[in-house]
Amino acid sequence: MAGFPILTAVTFLPLVGALFVLAVRGDDAIAVRNIRWAALWTTIVTFGLSLAIWILFDPGNPGFQMEERYGWIGSSNYHMGVDGISVPFVILTAFLMPICILASWKIEKRVKEYMIAFLVLETLMIGVFCALDLFLFYIFFEGGLIPMFLIIGIWGGQRRVYASFKFFLYTLLGSVLMLLAIMAIFWQAGTTNIPELLKNSNLPEDMQFWLWLAFFASFAVKMPMWPVHTWLPDAHVEAPTAGSVILAAILLKMGGYGFLRFSLPMFPLASELFAPLVFALSVVAIIYTSLVALMQEDMKKLIAYSSVAHMGFVTMGIFTLNQQGIDGAMFQMISHGLISGALFLCVGVVYDRMHTREIAAYGGLVNRMPGYAMIFMVFTMANVGLPGTSGFVGEFLTLVGAFKANTWVAFFATTGVILSAGYALWLYRRTIFGELEKDSLKAMMDITPREAACLLPLVALTIFYGVYPSPILDMFALSVDSLVSQVTAAIDANGAAKAAVLN
Amino acid sequence: METLFLLIVFLPLIGAIIAGVGGTLALKAIGSAADHHEHAGDDGHHHAYDGPRWPALLTTGLLLFCAVLSWIAFFDVAIGEQQYKVEVATWVHSGGLAADWALRIDTLTAVMLVVVNTVSSLVHLYSIGYMSHDPHQPRFFAFLSLFTFAMLMLVTSDNLLQMFFGWEGVGLASYLLIGFWYKRPSANAAAIKAFVVNRVGDFGFALGIFGIYWTFGSIEFDTIFNAAPTQAGKTIEFLGYNLDTMTVLCLLLFMGAMGKSAQFLLHTWLPDAMEGPTPVSALIHAATMVTAGVFLVARMSPFFELSSTAAMTVTLIGAITAFFAATVGLVQNDIKRVIAYSTCSQLGYMFVAMGVGAYGVGIFHLFTHAFFKALLFLGSGSVIHAMSDEQDMREMGGLYPHLKKTWAMMLIGTLALTGFPLTAGYFSKDAIIEGAFAADTAIGTFAFTLLVVAAFCTSFYSWRLMFMTFHGRPRATKEVMSHVHESPNVMLVPLYLLAAGALLAGYVFKEYFVGHDEALFWGEALYRAPGNTIVEALHHVPAMVKYSPFIAMVLGFGLAWLFYIKNPKLPVALAEMHMPIYKFLLNKWYFDEIYDYFLVRPTMWIGRFLWKKGDGWTIDGLGPDGVSARVIDVTNRIVRLQSGYVYHYAFAMLIGVAAIVTWFMFAGAH
Repeated sequence: MAGFPILTAVTFLPLVGALFVLAVRGDDAIAVRNIRWAALWTTIVTFGLSLAIWILFDPGNPGFQMEERYGWIGSSNYHMGVDGISVPFVILTAFLMPICILASWKIEKRVKEYMIAFLVLETLMIGVFCALDLFLFYIFFEGGLIPMFLIIGIWGGQRRVYASFKFFLYTLLGSVLMLLAIMAIFWQAGTTNIPELLKNSNLPEDMQFWLWLAFFASFAVKMPMWPVHTWLPDAHVEAPTAGSVILAAILLKMGGYGFLRFSLPMFPLASELFAPLVFALSVVAIIYTSLVALMQEDMKKLIAYSSVAHMGFVTMGIFTLNQQGIDGAMFQMISHGLISGALFLCVGVVYDRMHTREIAAYGGLVNRMPGYAMIFMVFTMANVGLPGTSGFVGEFLTLVGAFKANTWVAFFATTGVILSAGYALWLYRRTIFGELEKDSLKAMMDITPREAACLLPLVALTIFYGVYPSPILDMFALSVDSLVSQVTAAIDANGAAKAAVLN
Repeated sequence: METLFLLIVFLPLIGAIIAGVGGTLALKAIGSAADHHEHAGDDGHHHAYDGPRWPALLTTGLLLFCAVLSWIAFFDVAIGEQQYKVEVATWVHSGGLAADWALRIDTLTAVMLVVVNTVSSLVHLYSIGYMSHDPHQPRFFAFLSLFTFAMLMLVTSDNLLQMFFGWEGVGLASYLLIGFWYKRPSANAAAIKAFVVNRVGDFGFALGIFGIYWTFGSIEFDTIFNAAPTQAGKTIEFLGYNLDTMTVLCLLLFMGAMGKSAQFLLHTWLPDAMEGPTPVSALIHAATMVTAGVFLVARMSPFFELSSTAAMTVTLIGAITAFFAATVGLVQNDIKRVIAYSTCSQLGYMFVAMGVGAYGVGIFHLFTHAFFKALLFLGSGSVIHAMSDEQDMREMGGLYPHLKKTWAMMLIGTLALTGFPLTAGYFSKDAIIEGAFAADTAIGTFAFTLLVVAAFCTSFYSWRLMFMTFHGRPRATKEVMSHVHESPNVMLVPLYLLAAGALLAGYVFKEYFVGHDEALFWGEALYRAPGNTIVEALHHVPAMVKYSPFIAMVLGFGLAWLFYIKNPKLPVALAEMHMPIYKFLLNKWYFDEIYDYFLVRPTMWIGRFLWKKGDGWTIDGLGPDGVSARVIDVTNRIVRLQSGYVYHYAFAMLIGVAAIVTWFMFAGAH
């Protein structure tokens, strides 16, 4: 199996599926059905193949594995490989895609284009996490914008044009700066090979400063961090259900992944310097967006704002620069992928029936939909970070890390546990509990087998990883450990050098 | 023995899952069939329940079995002085932080196992009768068993994180059960309130765990207890200040305890929690969950022994709560709320014991209180059941001839609560009052005074409850009175058993918990610093101190008799004469109003402000909206020229240009 390019296979298999879908002729019912099944099978096979990555992956090795390298444009190589930090995201992406396709089963408008957009998006997303060349990474990273932009802009809701432009403007602004930074790195170091850049991360301190800011601009928008988060609620609200799932579960994580892959190891000194800034923004995000979430009248917006708050824990954890904080951030990203994806699917279930996301339009759903109420309760509690769900483990570890870094940060961030209980339970009460009074709701049916097939795996994983998180934690433990020691060593070396100069 | 502990802890979980999932599916099958018959009149718990009864029987059976096992464990561990540790599985490992699923069984745990499983099994049994008409019976029993599981995880925890799991787990179950009748807005509001207020406490608890980890490098009990003395007198940097390590850590943990045990300032959720079905109030909000805070302090006794500041805070908060809740209890008219405030007050007593270092005494009161308070709640449930769901005592009266058995049981509960000689409360409560005096500190004496006053109030409101409910002329309508009936045996038997506990638990176990065998009984489960001789000292207090609770009790009884039997006009006249005081007490010292005005509403206002002004006006206004509005203007103009998604092409072109430029730069560099 050693010679088989498994990463390339997993990355580009969806693209092959997309070509196949493209080749399907006609737009009658049979063709549409074939397209749906083709897309579903493509994603399922991709997921199956991604499990092979999991099996082949050796968590005892903190370095890159399953590397593939071929000459490409100029001095850039087509270079793929994964380590403990990227493997979980590859598997998460591949796992969520079949669920997204299944959740999109009722899409009637331009089914072919829709499925192609999603399959292309999958290739680009997996590519981001596998790329080991800066240039290649950039192409995957930016390329993902296009299908997402189309998904929101074409299959979105009423204000889709506004939302897709907001999404586009924000993200483009950030990525232009990152592009400049990538070019600067190339001129300075003479290579775009990521492992090499990571090994010799001795960029001059003042240069690190600027490069860090440029990368930060891109990743902060992606996360999104306060105050560049306002594209997210709009994008979520307008995106179709599956689009929201991908956006919340995977696309947001690229920011966190970027911080861990580039900012920390390549610019350790700048990371230390800017950590207080990140802490401040994270804490503001946690408190501010939780308060805003409390007052939302739109279900999707509420969940979108809660995502921003949860991502605040991630950025905070990453910049604690200690093992618990980063472990927690990694775990929180994976777990949030499951939970927020599931929450958007839950909204999608009632949206498909009622075609409104307004909280006030619901109430008393438990009377007609007990099964739905039960599933929604699990994810509400996971969102609140109840121990025993995966939402707790990440939140807890990031806070442990933050306490070490700065007690004020931990103090303010921990108020998030109070506020999250407030907005999540209030949402649940307003939609699910109460008397079923509205006539429009009286014919609501409980979840269908298709919807259950989307949601139950997520229920199982959310609880399983809450009780037994080791499979995920062990996956990246060593990679994070080596990252932390590398960063700390760089910071210490710099401190020692400065001290020597002073003496 | 290890299997025994695993069974005790996990059988309730298994029962909960089977009853919850299986029962709900079975109900759904019936429900969808019933849908075709136009099943109207779906109004809570008066139409008959025609679903499966096995979930109730299954969970009750499992719990009774667990209760028997718990008593076996109690005799082996507590009386037989054994200690066990059962490793179950790994949980969170990150760097040096390791928290595993493990069961730690020592005397303290064994006592809690007995309390939890005994009361829980009896409450399950009682609920078979009480909830027999409820259309959601399987869900109810599933939640009860789920709660029991979480509580067992809490008391058997081997590290702080597992304890936090149980801690939040009981919070979840409490939330679900308070809001069990989800059609009632008041129940939903109370459920959220309980969860959120508890989270305020958990905020402190969580910070405490973080602090302990970074101080000791572990959150496992054995490790941190052994290392605790090395930290005595050292300081920790917290929020910019250098503070005494043990004081900071203990106070943070105590904040969690205050939330869970509804102590002064964080007590507001407990009275509202009475919206839940009465068996829930008996199990969760009287006997077990609310005592978790007391358990936490007892478990962490090696810590609290090292910080006199923290210990004094515990005493102070406990004493204030005991007094405050007792005064509010004096004037409440809802039968369940009276008992709820009584619970709050009794928890204050337990914390005073913890604060003065008499941990065993506090746990003894926890133990006896579980019996008589569950008895009182279940007894009041029997009254409510008989009165067609009436809870207002002003609509009761004269029930004695109809409910003689319930009356007798409530009488036993009242005697035990007020500390009538030789009942359970007499031994435990009086020991606390004596302990507060024996502490011989200013705070201790202050606590002693408040506790004696509270004992007087306790006696008054307890007898007031008895008199208003069972004696005097009936104030209910003839219609209601004609339906009054004694509860079935399935509800009465648990009352008998709890009554036996309320009468005997004190006398039988006093030597073990607080008497001669005390040191041997507790073993290493509770820690007392070498200079802490409080348990010895409390046996040698002046006679006046010994008699003071008894005198307070007699006075309370006398006044209640005067007010509600001899001259029922008197309390009305007194209330009118002192209207401000009466209103102040009736409105629970206005805590809800103050919190609503100063915390809840500003939070919502800020939330709305940040959303509309912060996100909408400032960030979007200055950033994307300004820019994107221009872009959309332009696109709209182009769109008018050419139909189709022109902006897609424009966007694709932009990306293309960017790609080409990049390529040239990279390719040209070498």
